[in-house]
Formats: sequence, C-alpha cells, structure tokens
Amino acid sequence: MTLSTKKDHKLVELFLSKQADLNDSNPFKDLKTVAKSSLNDTGFPTLKEEEYKYTNITKRVIDKVENYSSPQSIDNLAEIIKNNQLINSLDGYTLVRNNGLFDPELSNIKDAAFSVKPFSELDKSQASEIGSIETVDKDAFTALNSICFESGIRVDIPEGLIIEQPIVLVDFVNTDATGQCVQPRTFYHAGKNSQATVIEITVYLNESTVFLNEVAEWNVEDNAHIRHYKLQDGHKSELGVSNTGTEIARDATFTSVLLSLSGEMLRNNLSLNINASNCVGNMYGLYLLNGKTHVDNHTNVDHKMPHSESNELYKGILTDQSRGVFNGKIFVRQDAQKTNAFQQNNNILLSEDAILNTKPQLEIWADDVKCSHGCTTGQLDEEALFYLRARGIGKKSAKSLLLYAFAGEVLNHITNESFKNYCEKIVHERLGGSN
Amino acid sequence: MLSIKNLHAAIEGSPILNGINLEIKPGEVHAIMGPNGSGKSTLASVLAGREEYEVTEGSVTFKGKDILELSPEDRAREGVFLAFQYPVEIPGVSSTNFLRTAVNQVREYRGESPLDAVKFLSLMKEKMKLVEIDQKLLSRALNEGFSGGEKKKNEIFQMAMLEPSLSILDETDSGLDIDALKVVANGVNQLKSKDNATIVVTHYQRLLDYIVPDYVHVLYKGKIVKSGTKELALELEAKGYDWIKDELSGATV
Repeated sequence: MTLSTKKDHKLVELFLSKQADLNDSNPFKDLKTVAKSSLNDTGFPTLKEEEYKYTNITKRVIDKVENYSSPQSIDNLAEIIKNNQLINSLDGYTLVRNNGLFDPELSNIKDAAFSVKPFSELDKSQASEIGSIETVDKDAFTALNSICFESGIRVDIPEGLIIEQPIVLVDFVNTDATGQCVQPRTFYHAGKNSQATVIEITVYLNESTVFLNEVAEWNVEDNAHIRHYKLQDGHKSELGVSNTGTEIARDATFTSVLLSLSGEMLRNNLSLNINASNCVGNMYGLYLLNGKTHVDNHTNVDHKMPHSESNELYKGILTDQSRGVFNGKIFVRQDAQKTNAFQQNNNILLSEDAILNTKPQLEIWADDVKCSHGCTTGQLDEEALFYLRARGIGKKSAKSLLLYAFAGEVLNHITNESFKNYCEKIVHERLGGSN
Repeated sequence: MLSIKNLHAAIEGSPILNGINLEIKPGEVHAIMGPNGSGKSTLASVLAGREEYEVTEGSVTFKGKDILELSPEDRAREGVFLAFQYPVEIPGVSSTNFLRTAVNQVREYRGESPLDAVKFLSLMKEKMKLVEIDQKLLSRALNEGFSGGEKKKNEIFQMAMLEPSLSILDETDSGLDIDALKVVANGVNQLKSKDNATIVVTHYQRLLDYIVPDYVHVLYKGKIVKSGTKELALELEAKGYDWIKDELSGATV
C-alpha cells in the first residue's frame, strides 16, 4: 500500500529517524523491526481509511507536534504526588510513570504481592510476550508505539492472588511548547484465579500540546477477574491514541470502564478476544464532550468459543461543536454457539453543532446466539423535563438531574467506591450539578 | 382561587380550547368530563404550563396572579399540581432524590428553609401511608417499571408531599382497577381541605362515586357546554355523551 500523502510519509520518517533503537542489544529489536516495516507499509491513517474516516488524528499530529522525541523527566514529582488528592483518596498501589518512563522510587508497591517491572528487567520469555496481544498490524499507532517505546511496565499478578486495593497507574506528563510525544507501554498478566482492579489516570502538569500514544496489553488467564478503569480528563491541547488489547481465557471476566471528559482529539481502540467458554467481557464508556473536543471510541469483541457473553454500553453527552464517534464491532465465530452479546450506544446532543457518528458492526457466523445492538441519538427528553418542572424543579436543575441520570448508568459500573465518588463528583460538576 | 376567562389555546396552529370560563373557590371539587378529544387534557396541560400549547386568547389568574406568565416550575411552586395522565418513567433518577429536590425547591421559593434528610424522610413516611405506597417503590428510579396503578399512586403521593392548593387530576382513574381507584380516591379525599381545591378531569363517572364533586362541567369542542352538580355526571353515565351532542346540535337547528 502506498502512503496517501507526502506528509504521512514524512511523519513516518520523522518518528523513525529520531527514535528507532534497533541495536542488537535491544531485547525488543525484533518487535521494533517488524513494527517499522509494518508502519513503512501502511503509513498513518487518513480519512480515506474506513477505520479513521471521521478522525484525522494523523493530520492533527502533523500540524501540532514539532518535536518527535520524548520529553525530559519531571523534577519534584514526589511533592506533586503527595499533593494529588485523587491518588491519595484511592489509597492503592500507585505505579508512577514520569513522562512515559516507570519510576519505581516514587511508586508505592513495596508491600505488593504482585510484581511490577520495567521492560529492562524482563527475562527473555517475559519480554517475548510484549507485542503478542496488541500486534503491530492492528493499528498504525500500535506500530508507532512499538517502534518508539523506550521502556514499559510489566505487571504480573500471580496465580490465586486477590488484590483488595486498586492498582493505580498514573502517567505524569509535562511537555514543552514544541508539542512533544509520550508513548507509554504497559503489559498486564493476570494469573489463574487472580482478581484485581486497575485504575489508569493521566495527570498533565501543563496544557502544552502533547501527543499521548499509549498501548496496553492484557493477558487474563483462567478464572481471573479484572476490572479496568481509565479516566481521560486532560486538557484542550491533548491529542491521544490509546490501543488496548485483551486476551481472555476460560471462566475469566474483564470489565473496562472508560471515561473521556476532555482533550482535543482522542481515539480509543479497545479489543477483547474471548478465546474460551464462560468468559464475560464488559465494555462501558462515558464521554462528555464540549468545545471542539473530538472523541472516537472503537471497540471490538471477538467471540471464538461457545457459552461466553459480552456486554457493552457507551453513552455520550455532546455540546458546543464537539464530535463523538462510536464504532462497535462484535464478531461471533462459528464455534461460538450460545454466545450472548449485547451492545448499546446512547447519545444526547445538547447543541445543534455537535456531531455524532455511530456504527454498530455485527458479524455472526454461529446460528444459536443472542445478540442485540441499538443506538440512539437525540435531545434531552422534553416530556421528562416537563414532568420534573411541573413538580417545582427549576429548568437548570431538572436538566442536570436528567443528564446525570443518563451518565450514571455508566458510572454505576465502577465498583471502587473512592474512584466512583471522584468520577461522580466531576461528572456532576460538568453537568451543571444540582442539589 | 382560580379564575379562567375566555381561554383559547392551540397546538401547532389548530385551536383546541375555544373560550373556557371557570371559577374555582377554595374547598371546592370540580369535575370536568367530556368525550375524547373535547379538550380536557389540553386544559389540564395549559394550566400546568406545558409549552407546546399556545394560549391565543383569555386569561388565567391563580390566587390573583397571572399564571400564564409563569414557568411550569413557578406554577408548581405557587401551588398548582398536575397529576399526569401518563406519568413519565425517568430511569436513573431515584424517587427520593427527585422528591427531595422538588420539595426543597418549592420551599426555597416560598422562603422556607430546606428540609434536612431526617425531616424529609419522616415527612415521606407520613405521606406514604395516605396512598398506601410501598417504600420499595420509592427506592427505585422514578416510575421506572411501575405498574399503571403504582404510577398513579405515586402521583398522589407526590401531591401529598408538595401540598398544593390546586390539584388537577388528569384522568387519574383511567386504566385503574377498582381497588387501585379506591386507594387513589381515598388519598385525594384525605388531602382535601377548606383551603385547597381539586379539578378532576375524567372520562368516566365511576371516579366521582369516590371523589364527590361539588360541580360537574361538560367540555365539548373546547368549550364548557353544560355545568351542574354531581347528578349531571350520573345523567351522563346513563345517557352517554351523545345526549349532549344531540342537545347541542338540536339547539342550533
């Protein structure tokens, strides 16, 4: 495939010339070589590509990013962590990344029964799993991350371990005015019968243009139960691509809750591979968009074996000139009889200029399955609004009550109380909080 | 208390109410009856402030105030209550949170201090008995998955909580079995006082066996064409609405 524009090609070159470390000593040399060749073949996506037809993140990166190398590490992070209310309130095992690089000193994992290692400390077999789930051919930005990551974090939750406190992965980002890139990489391995909650947040120390290109991989083994919450509440100059790949083994559950509250343009790709029976894959998302924020959620669940289920609910509230995109793919392979797969995408548009593009995509080869999908895009329910007002509730609080109720259906899937309270509070404020 | 003079209203340009006149004093119960499409529910909606309806002529004063100028919430705060014909299901909004917001916003408007959680809950408990509503219903989202009867009970419960001076029951009886109807009527009767008034909009005389009206008005083609006492309702029940239609068309021949 030829590159669609000259600029695309230029972008590939710029990234490669600055960052590709392909020395023999690099344990990820093979991965990086394959990624480089893949990206050279495909280039970056333009609007001509079906998967990116609404989201020209490539152009934004070309226009806004001038410095393709990683920013320097942040000083005084200890003080910043100490004063971060959210981190304090979560009271979990904190994994700190400083502009993309793991900082074990500042992380709070001393008494942890699970292991957290930077990629440089992995043995050969552990290192070989990096890139095996979120493969470089899946997305150009995964390939880019694979070429550029300098290090990464591998989290191993041993067999049978049930972790009560959440694992909180915090990315601290501080870039200069040239528009820099941060490319974090994470690999999680949840052993058999393990259970954990992982919360991922990004803290920006300034509002300079930044391109955050994240890749996370999850290997969820038999009967492991994982809850994964991710909060995107950055700033108006944030460009972001997040690729998350998940392999789910038998009897295991993986639940993802993603809240996208701000940014200039964010693209989230989430894929669940349901490889066995009796698995549950849950994907929940809430996006509250204002200004010119553009958020694109692409999800993909692949049912390969019988008797598993997936549940998906993404909800959006859009105002001003914001834009939302939802694309939900569900594959049910021929062997995956008795699959239950449900998908919903509901949106409220509060302004005439907000745009939403939604597309369910179901491909079902098995004949004994229950699958449903539905999407709605509308305004606030006028009848409900009148009902509340007729009881003496002012228009503004009535609106806020209805919007919060709409959003609450997603927030209710967060089971960690502290994180839920925090998210409820910020969502409440965003929706014009009443009472 | 309520004075409606020559009220005309239209929806999307088509006239529905064509000159309604009605005077209601504290302590009175007025029944408004009439065939389908006569404008009964429109009258209820216009009084509560539903914005789709355009008042083209006439006036409505409530306790001396022109309520047509007020927003729906301010009418409610002034003491007008509409029990909906079709109460709306609102997923995600808990009945308790909704009511507390409503009660406290009404209190604020009236210059009263808000009720704290304890006082609010004890008020709720007291009023729940009136309409025999199950506490479990109130811990759920507002009207969500409620049966028809439960929704109507919930309307009367909200009325009890908000203590309006004018209650408009819009076909509160429709779709109820006799047991639910009795419970609803009993609630309404207990809330009646010499200071508040009730408008009962209904298609059937049956409700009026339980909520006994002081006056009965027949609405037809957007006008009150006949007024009388509760005996008029019995006559309508026996003869049907065609009797009124015939009488009216006879009069014009």
